[in-house]
Amino acid sequence: MSIEVIKPGLLSSLQDAGRHGHASLGLGRGGAMDLPAWRLANALVGNVHHEAALEITLAGPTLRFRCDAVIALTGAIVDARADGEPLPPWTACFLPAGTVLRMGGMRHGCRSYLAVRGGFDVAPVLGSRSTDLHARVGPLEGRGLQAGDELPMATTDAAPWIRSRTLHALRWGLDPQPWLDDAKAPLALLRGHHHEAMDEASQRALFSQRFMLSKDSNRTGARLDGSPLALRQPLELISEATVPGTVQLPPSGQPIALLAEAPVTGGYPRIGQVAAVDLPRLAQRRPGDTVSFREVTFDEAMDRLDAREEALQRLLRRIAQRLESA
Amino acid sequence: MNPAHPSLEPLAEDAWILRFGDAMDVAINARVHDAAARLRRALPDVECVPAYASLLLRFEPSAWRDGGGRFDAVRLREAVMSALRHEVNVTATAQDVIIPVWYGGAAGQDLEDVAAHAGLTTHDVIARHTAAEYRVAMIGFAPGFPYLLGLDPALAVPRRAQPRTRVPAGSVAIGGLQTGIYPQALPGGWQLIGRTPLRLFDVAAAQPSLLQPGDRVRFRAITEEEFTRLAANTGLSE
Repeated sequence: MSIEVIKPGLLSSLQDAGRHGHASLGLGRGGAMDLPAWRLANALVGNVHHEAALEITLAGPTLRFRCDAVIALTGAIVDARADGEPLPPWTACFLPAGTVLRMGGMRHGCRSYLAVRGGFDVAPVLGSRSTDLHARVGPLEGRGLQAGDELPMATTDAAPWIRSRTLHALRWGLDPQPWLDDAKAPLALLRGHHHEAMDEASQRALFSQRFMLSKDSNRTGARLDGSPLALRQPLELISEATVPGTVQLPPSGQPIALLAEAPVTGGYPRIGQVAAVDLPRLAQRRPGDTVSFREVTFDEAMDRLDAREEALQRLLRRIAQRLESA
Repeated sequence: MNPAHPSLEPLAEDAWILRFGDAMDVAINARVHDAAARLRRALPDVECVPAYASLLLRFEPSAWRDGGGRFDAVRLREAVMSALRHEVNVTATAQDVIIPVWYGGAAGQDLEDVAAHAGLTTHDVIARHTAAEYRVAMIGFAPGFPYLLGLDPALAVPRRAQPRTRVPAGSVAIGGLQTGIYPQALPGGWQLIGRTPLRLFDVAAAQPSLLQPGDRVRFRAITEEEFTRLAANTGLSE
């Protein structure tokens, strides 16, 4: 029961909801960059235990399935072919043993999630099967896939809704549209502790400027290129805790929005905080894409997060019902 | 900022920061660890992340809803403030840890530079570094990397102009007024004065980090032979 990695793609790593509760020891949560897409990929194959899925970045891997598998791909729509047959996105598919799944590029978006029914059977490290690339903790000794890796799959009951043992996709899938980012709309941003330590032009520019996502961005941070932002005067700060979404201003004046693998502490001025509801959208921006911000209040950020979570829960329930009744 | 009354400020939808000051100071940092111990006792579902002068509180917003289903910031604030008044024996939660260090030589390539900068002999640098008691102010940068407060000010030395691309695991180093230990091979700009054979972070251990924020630390000088013998036991490698 395993998958052989023929080609690893640009960066593919196993991710789940992250490693909670170890930030005081210097180990952040990490986990999937686009959590709703990760949860929906698992739901589509009938996984209910927050199994790890493969997070695929920009250019996908080529995998050989050594056993039958039920898979689903969510997140950015990736060109995926199973033995040459194109697979529909956001839809559960049955792959018989021996199938070679070749994933190419993504026209829009940056990260796709490949879930397999039963999940990947890798040992949890400190309660999580996430790969922390920065701390080198997790499956595959904390690194991304390499050619020749074997990804063990958990044994699981045959899905009753799989009626044929030949390569096929289910006749229903999810509409990805509500969950995709258009790479244009401004992201919701809360004012940070040091927002007013910037000069007035920079305070305005943070909310009016169009930044460009730098190619040096990664799972740790989104580096935003633009006209440099400046402080009124240099600040001598001591480090304090940071979380995903914290926007720091290093001396270069080019802000960095911390992402899933945010360091647990940081010493740069904090000029903003990306609203949690928009972190998956930031995670789907590609190097070269525009990033702009609009200011929101904590109440608005919380309301939008609650609304998104309710929509996600409704959809998860509908998927579960559909699978049960099949 | 009035040090008697910490400020509580939202950072994100699920994270607040409790600030006790804005300086790297042993007394302020002690208040951070004291608050963390009280909060962990009273609100075990809130994750506490200590830094030099502040404490991050990370919570599940859905656990703090009012009757109408909205996030209840007032109730959370009151729970935090009430927890800070909780009676708890804080000193009992901190460990005393002795870290054996092979100073100088191949283990501490910058020891002579540090001595020259301080106008001391290398022997004096070692004597002063081992004489002090340190406090783990916070852990960051990498899993298990302790930022220690308590360095003899005579040993303060600026970071290297050119950071090293690879500092060996276990390296004991000085950066400004701080001293710390690299838990794994990492890039780093601090001045290396020695190396410990102890493993600072091991995901397979029941307690993955040798040190916890708030712990008291002392260094003990050992010889290269002792280092080699101890390193064979701890499995420390390059």
